[in-house]
Amino acid sequence: MSGFFKSSIGRKVAMALSAFFLMIFLLMHVSVNLLSVFSEETFNAASHFMGTNWVIQFIMQPILIFGVVFHFVMGFVLEIKNKKALGVPYVKNNGAANSSWASRNMIYSGLVILAFIVLHFIDFWFPEINYKYIEALPADPTRYYAELHHKFVSPLRVGAYVIAFVLLGLHLAHGFTSAFQSMGITAGRKKTLKSIGKAYAIVIPALFIIIALYHHFNH
Amino acid sequence: MNLTLKIWRQKDSNTKGQMVDYKVTDISEHMSFLEMMDVLNEQLINKGEEPVAFDHDCREGICGMCSMYINGEAHGPDRGVTTCQLHMRMFKDGDTITIEPFRAKAFPVIKDLVVDRSAFERIQQAGGYISVNTSGNTQDANSIPISKHAADEAMDAATCIGCGACVATCKNSSAMLFVGAKVSQYALLPQGQIEAADRVRNMVAQMDLEGFGNCTNTGACEIECPKGISLDNIARMNRELMKASLS
Ligand code: HEM
Ligand code: SF4
Ligand code: FES
Repeated sequence: MSGFFKSSIGRKVAMALSAFFLMIFLLMHVSVNLLSVFSEETFNAASHFMGTNWVIQFIMQPILIFGVVFHFVMGFVLEIKNKKALGVPYVKNNGAANSSWASRNMIYSGLVILAFIVLHFIDFWFPEINYKYIEALPADPTRYYAELHHKFVSPLRVGAYVIAFVLLGLHLAHGFTSAFQSMGITAGRKKTLKSIGKAYAIVIPALFIIIALYHHFNH
Repeated sequence: MNLTLKIWRQKDSNTKGQMVDYKVTDISEHMSFLEMMDVLNEQLINKGEEPVAFDHDCREGICGMCSMYINGEAHGPDRGVTTCQLHMRMFKDGDTITIEPFRAKAFPVIKDLVVDRSAFERIQQAGGYISVNTSGNTQDANSIPISKHAADEAMDAATCIGCGACVATCKNSSAMLFVGAKVSQYALLPQGQIEAADRVRNMVAQMDLEGFGNCTNTGACEIECPKGISLDNIARMNRELMKASLS
């Protein structure tokens, strides 16, 4: 089995598994964020639960961080290996004739998402960790909504947010079906998977963007 | 028609190559691309210059030798054809055509447009066969029932001619369409079952050893493959390797 994950196909499978994990996580994240549009109380309650439940904090969160790091480190490793496998590049190469832009530029859409994740950590995660574990301030189950709302005042941040999610949409436009293909589960289901993939790649990033814009324009 | 050709010239595997411009005149639109190359070479020989080396054999889309990267695509702009099946009517009078060898670390250039694709042979030798005792007691193949569906799919996979267009096209220089086709051809038939696990393991290991890249499912290979080998073959190979690793 350890030999499997060292093979080219094993690496594809590992990449796909981490991607599936991230896609499920995104679904959960957008659901919680969506609450902030409908009800301040529910959003606060959900955030408080997520932020204090020990299973989520000490089991799910480390797994998530590992999953993200694994995914982009593996992405870089594969990109470097694949560049090496080419050797001398073509003088003229018409990639658009046979493949989508999104599929050829996963590393660039991925890099934008990575930059966003860094910003996201600075914005939300570090202050959160600081509040809870370093300064150990008293639990305040009502602070989350105000913090979120405050972050979307700056048009610069909202702009960066929108760009990152458009790129996430492109990443997923190829990534969703690609992950299924890597796992070898496409045969006979190509059309259905393509439709679901398209829907996922549009709806999830669009919801994140709408939520950001909602808070930006509701000040 | 009259054309300008930009062709990769490289003396041998140790020399650096470069693009060189040539002009050809009075090319008929009914010629194949290789016939156009013949006209160019005749012209070069008459001038006492070195003709352009390129691979070809059957000139009818069967052997897979004619490996050219034309205007940024393996076997040129047409679909479902090899270079020998590409007609000059796909081009216009006055066009400039860029012609390069197939590129991949695992396919080193031997001379001009000729590349060494023996990596494919070594992958085949690693498991692209079934072991049959041919002592005279061989069972009649027709006595083994095979469903029409499986037979058709195996036949489709078996139409791969090992041309290498999938590797040349792939931005990662991955050989997974070729290997996927070769693995599938046997995985779909009862005759291939006994050696199935070793076959996929050994062929994938050889593929990795040869320095081909990792598939990222761009699907470019499927589009450029002259035989229309489907990506489903890669998915099947992935399943076969997972199965083999679990057993
Ligand atoms: C929440 C964030 C992310 C999600 C949901 C996501 C999702 C995906 C999916 C579904 C795939 C296809 C997997 C496959 O083909 O098997 C993929 C591939 C890829 N991702 Fe991400 N990704 C995310 C973040 C990133 C980041 C931060 C990078 C950093 C550079 C990155 C780089 C890549 C690369 C290079 C590939 C192509 C590798 C391959 O197909 O073998 N991704 N991603
Ligand atoms: S899979 Fe298609 S492109 Fe690749 S070697 Fe076989 S016939 Fe050529
Ligand atoms: S020369 Fe045989 S396929 Fe083109």
